[in-house]
Amino acid sequence: MADYGNLTFQGWRRENGRVGVRNHVILLPLDDLSNAACEAVANNIKGTMALPHAYGRLQFGADLDLHFRTLIGTGSNPNVAAVIVIGIEPNWTNRVVEGIAKTGKPVSGFWIEQHGDIATIASASYRAKDYVQWASELQREECPIADLWVSTKCGESDTTTGLASCPTVGNLYDKLIPHGIYGVFGETSEITGAEHLCKKRAASPEIAEKWYKMWKSYQDDVIEAHKTDDLSDSQPTKGNIEGGLTTIEEKALGNLEKIGRTCTYLDALGPAEEPAKGPGLYFMDTSSAAAECVTLMGAAGYVVHTFPTGQGNVIGNPIVPVVKITGNPRTIRTMPEHMDVDVSGILRRELTIEAAGDTLIDMVVRTANGRLTAAEALGHREFVMTKLYRSA
Amino acid sequence: MSIPQLLAHGPHDNVGVVVVEGLKAGTEAFCVITENDTSFTMTVNADIPIGHKVALKDLVAGDTAVKYGEDVGKIVAAVAKGGHVHTHNLKTKRW
Repeated sequence: MADYGNLTFQGWRRENGRVGVRNHVILLPLDDLSNAACEAVANNIKGTMALPHAYGRLQFGADLDLHFRTLIGTGSNPNVAAVIVIGIEPNWTNRVVEGIAKTGKPVSGFWIEQHGDIATIASASYRAKDYVQWASELQREECPIADLWVSTKCGESDTTTGLASCPTVGNLYDKLIPHGIYGVFGETSEITGAEHLCKKRAASPEIAEKWYKMWKSYQDDVIEAHKTDDLSDSQPTKGNIEGGLTTIEEKALGNLEKIGRTCTYLDALGPAEEPAKGPGLYFMDTSSAAAECVTLMGAAGYVVHTFPTGQGNVIGNPIVPVVKITGNPRTIRTMPEHMDVDVSGILRRELTIEAAGDTLIDMVVRTANGRLTAAEALGHREFVMTKLYRSA
Repeated sequence: MSIPQLLAHGPHDNVGVVVVEGLKAGTEAFCVITENDTSFTMTVNADIPIGHKVALKDLVAGDTAVKYGEDVGKIVAAVAKGGHVHTHNLKTKRW
């Protein structure tokens, strides 16, 4: 696998030119109250999927902005062919509909007040049937690798992730970023201990400063403001500690292996913010909790996620295939059904990072072409909205 | 090259990682430094689970643990070369 720039994959080119690797018709609840109606429609109309979540009521300010950005971004993701939004009332429902409509894809809104759940479910079900039949006839086409947006975030890390699975993802980025793909990494709190190294990987001193302010603000406004101890009961997590990681510094250094040796990040994005500076690597300000982070990256438009794990995080996402990579032979032995790529040969010195990177690229392309990931086959659809503070 | 039982990231690291299951005290362990592919052997003096760290030299309270060639925290209780390094003798310098 020498000329990575010639790689292609089979994807769906959407109305706005972006390419998806899945063809979902989704029922997107504006708020917690609308989950039941969305799930009923998804039950009525086969081939559609509801994305229930816990929030959307009485949020305000930056937290409300993030709520809308996440919902609109999720509906706009090119892995989604068409969207039905259901909310309790028309105003905010239409705000999400109008945001998604900018992509040119089919989207409709329904609301429950003055109709009730049953009439809303009936109306939305007729529309969902039209959408899913329309989407089922859309065809994949051959697309250059540069059309692929690949995110990364690790979870249930241990010392093997820093030795094997994280540098494997880094190797993928080192090889594919120069050929025009978009990448993104995040996990603001888990850069702590490696912030001096992360800052150096910014594309310019201005971006380095922007990134540093983001990281520092997380330290001051979130960690320092709310901590009751040294966080050693939460960071590293109990799973990390079981896997041999002792301190946040050690965890962060392994984490940062995911961005490889050569790429620099072009911008430090807010949560769920779409990258706007062209192809390349980006940083996104996210929680380090897996489902929150992957949900935010999906909302920013990423279509395949690479997920290094040590102890065996089982996370998936409803619209983005999550490719699991582990180097831990115990995890391969005890929970193989969750893993897509085994790089434990790196620990035995039988597999080089270079060869592992090629194996991962091959699996990412196969996944883009339609291979179901372990998480998809097992039905993992963790869709978790990030909440910045208490509702009003 | 034979299969290593320990890996260290860099030549200046003073802790390494157990990469096999069931490593027993008294094992003469084969260790590879991944950065430069050099190797050495050392005796491990505790049963240490896969993924957990081993002191590559004698460490005392106040020392800095080094992994990836970087500071990964402070040693808070002495640990001899070949001993288990984890939450009982290594703490973060952050938060």
